[in-house]
Amino acid sequence: MSNAILRLEGIRKSYGEEEVLKGIDLSIGRHEFLTLLGPSGCGKTTLLRIIGGFVAPSEGIVWYDGTNINKLPPYKRQLNTVFQKYALFPHMNVFGNVAFGLQIKKLPKATIAEKVKKILQLVGLSGFEDRDIESLSGGQQQRIAIARALVNEPQVLLLDEPLGALDLQLRKDMQLELKKIQTALGITFIYVTHDQEEALTMSDKVVVMNKGEIQQMGTPVDIYNEPKNRFVADFIGESNIIDGRMPADRRVVFLGKELECLDGGFAPDEAVDVVIRPEDIRVSTTEGIFPGVVTSVVFKGVHYEMMVQSDGFDWMVHSTLMEPVGTQVYLTLGPDDIHIMKKVAAHE
Amino acid sequence: MNKKWYAQPYILWSILFVVVPLLLVVYFGFTTKTADGSMVFSLENFQKFFTPAYLEVFLRSLWYAFISTVVCLLLGYPAAMVLSNRNLKSQGTMVLLLVIPMWMNLLLRTYAWLTLLENEGLINQFLRFIHVLGEGESIQFLYHDGAVVFGMVYNFLPFMILPIYSVMTKLDQSVVEAAEDLGANWWHVFRRVRLPLSIPGVMSGITMVFVPAVTTFAISAILGGNKVTLLGNLIERQFGQMNNWNFGSAISLVLMVIILLSMGFMSSYEKENEGGGLL
Repeated sequence: MSNAILRLEGIRKSYGEEEVLKGIDLSIGRHEFLTLLGPSGCGKTTLLRIIGGFVAPSEGIVWYDGTNINKLPPYKRQLNTVFQKYALFPHMNVFGNVAFGLQIKKLPKATIAEKVKKILQLVGLSGFEDRDIESLSGGQQQRIAIARALVNEPQVLLLDEPLGALDLQLRKDMQLELKKIQTALGITFIYVTHDQEEALTMSDKVVVMNKGEIQQMGTPVDIYNEPKNRFVADFIGESNIIDGRMPADRRVVFLGKELECLDGGFAPDEAVDVVIRPEDIRVSTTEGIFPGVVTSVVFKGVHYEMMVQSDGFDWMVHSTLMEPVGTQVYLTLGPDDIHIMKKVAAHE
Repeated sequence: MNKKWYAQPYILWSILFVVVPLLLVVYFGFTTKTADGSMVFSLENFQKFFTPAYLEVFLRSLWYAFISTVVCLLLGYPAAMVLSNRNLKSQGTMVLLLVIPMWMNLLLRTYAWLTLLENEGLINQFLRFIHVLGEGESIQFLYHDGAVVFGMVYNFLPFMILPIYSVMTKLDQSVVEAAEDLGANWWHVFRRVRLPLSIPGVMSGITMVFVPAVTTFAISAILGGNKVTLLGNLIERQFGQMNNWNFGSAISLVLMVIILLSMGFMSSYEKENEGGGLL
C-alpha cells in the first residue's frame, strides 16, 4: 500500500521464554484511525511501544514513510504518544507541559505561545496556561496530554488507552471529540483499547488481537458482522457460539437441526463454530425452529436480554419485546443470521 | 474511648526528654554564675560568643559543613543516579553496601580511618612498599582541615545518597518516556525532568548532611587532632573541661537557631515545589 505511513513487517517480541508478539504484519494508512483491540495481555500495548520506540522488537522491521526506523530512538521519531496515565510533568504548569516539545525544538517564544494557545483552544481548555497540573480534573488532564502531543503536529499519534481512567459519560464525549480532532487535523491515529464499543465507535480500521497475533482486521462493520473466528465473535459484542458441522456448502447442522446458511468452502462434515448474535434471533410464542423455555429476563434499557433454554443449550436473545420467565417460546433464524467459523486449533 | 489517650506516653516522653532539657539549655544560656554560686540573668554568654575568636570557630564550622555538603552532593547525586538505574542488576546489593557502614558506630568508623591514615598507617606503609614513598617518608593525611572534611564526607555521604536515590527510584518512568516522546534527548530529559523532580531528595540530603556536619565534634576531634576546633568541640569543652555550662548552652542555642533557620528555608522550598519528599 503506497499510501501507508507506517508498516510493520514480521514484528516479534519475546520476554525470556514468553513470546508476546508472534509475527505482526500491519499497514497503517495516512489519515487513518486504526484501533488495536484486544484483551489485556494480547500484546497491543507492546506493539504500540514498539512503534513509539520504547521497546525494541526481537524480530521484524518498523517502516515509517519507507524508512526502517528500528534503530531510531523515541526522541528522533516523528510520532507522539498520549500515555495511558497521561504522564504529565508534575513540576510544570499547563503551558510548560504543552510547550515542552516546542521548546526542545527551540522554536521562537512567540511562536510557541501562539501554538499552545491554539491547541488549548482545540481541546477546549483556553486560558488554562497557568494552571497547575494537580488542579485539573482527570478529563482536563487527559485533554492536556492530547494537546501536549498534538501541538508538535505529528503525522502519527499513538494513543495508549487514553480514556481508560475516565468515567463513562466523559469517555463517550471524549470518543466523539477525539474522532472530530482526528478528522479535522487529518493525522493518523493508532489507538489501543480493550473496549470493543470504543473501537467500533471511533475507528476506520480495527485490528483485533489475541495472544500476540492478529485475529482479524477490517472496518468496524465487517468485524462486527463477519467475525472471522470464535474469539473475535466472542470478544466483539455478544454471541451464541455453538458446535456444529457442515454436511455440505450452505448447509449446517447444530443442536439437532439442519439449516440453510450462506457459508461454504469447508470439508464435508467439518466441525465448525456456529455464531449467532443475540439480536438476530426472533422470538415467537407460536412457531419457530428451536422450542425452548425462558429462564431469565434482564432489562437492558433499549432491549431485554433473555436466556432461553432449548434442548440443553442456553440461548442469549436480545429482543425489544419481553416474554416472562417460564414462557414456552420458539426461536427462529434466517440463513444470513448464521455465521460459520472454522474451529480454532485445539492448542490455542 | 478517646484516641488521644495513646499519645499520652509520647507526650510525657517528649516533656521529660525534649522540652525540659531544652528549657534547661535556654535557662543556662541566658544566665551566668555569680561568685556566690547563684544564677543571674545575663546576655554575657552571647556577647562572649560574638567576639572574633569564637566567631572564627563559628564561621569555620559553617564553612566545613558547607564544603562537606557540596562534596557529598557532587559525589552523591551521580551515585544515586547510577544506583537508581533500573538496568542495574545488583541494585539491592549496592544499596546494602552503602547502608552497612551506617550500622556501625560513627566513632568506630572514624577511628578505623585513623589506623589507615596515620603516618605509620596502612596507606603510608603501602605507599612505601610500592616505593611511591621513600624509606622513612610519609604523607601527612591527618590532623588538618582536609582530614576533617574528608571524615565528614565519608560519614555523611550515605545520608546524601539515600534520599536522592529514594526520590529517583520513585520517579514515574512514563514521565521520562513522555519527555523522550516529545523529542528530548538524554540531556534534555535530565535537565528538564529528572533533575527538577529529584530536587526534594536533594533538599532532604542537604539537610541530612549539613546538620550533623555543623554539629559534629567526634570527627574533628579524632581526625583533626586538637588542631581543628569546631563548634561541637567548643560546646563539648565548655561542658567538659571548662565546666562552663552557661557558655556551652549559649553556643548550643546559637547553633540551634542556625539549624532551624536552614531547615525552615529547606522545607519552605520543598513545599513550594511539592515533590514527594523522603521523610
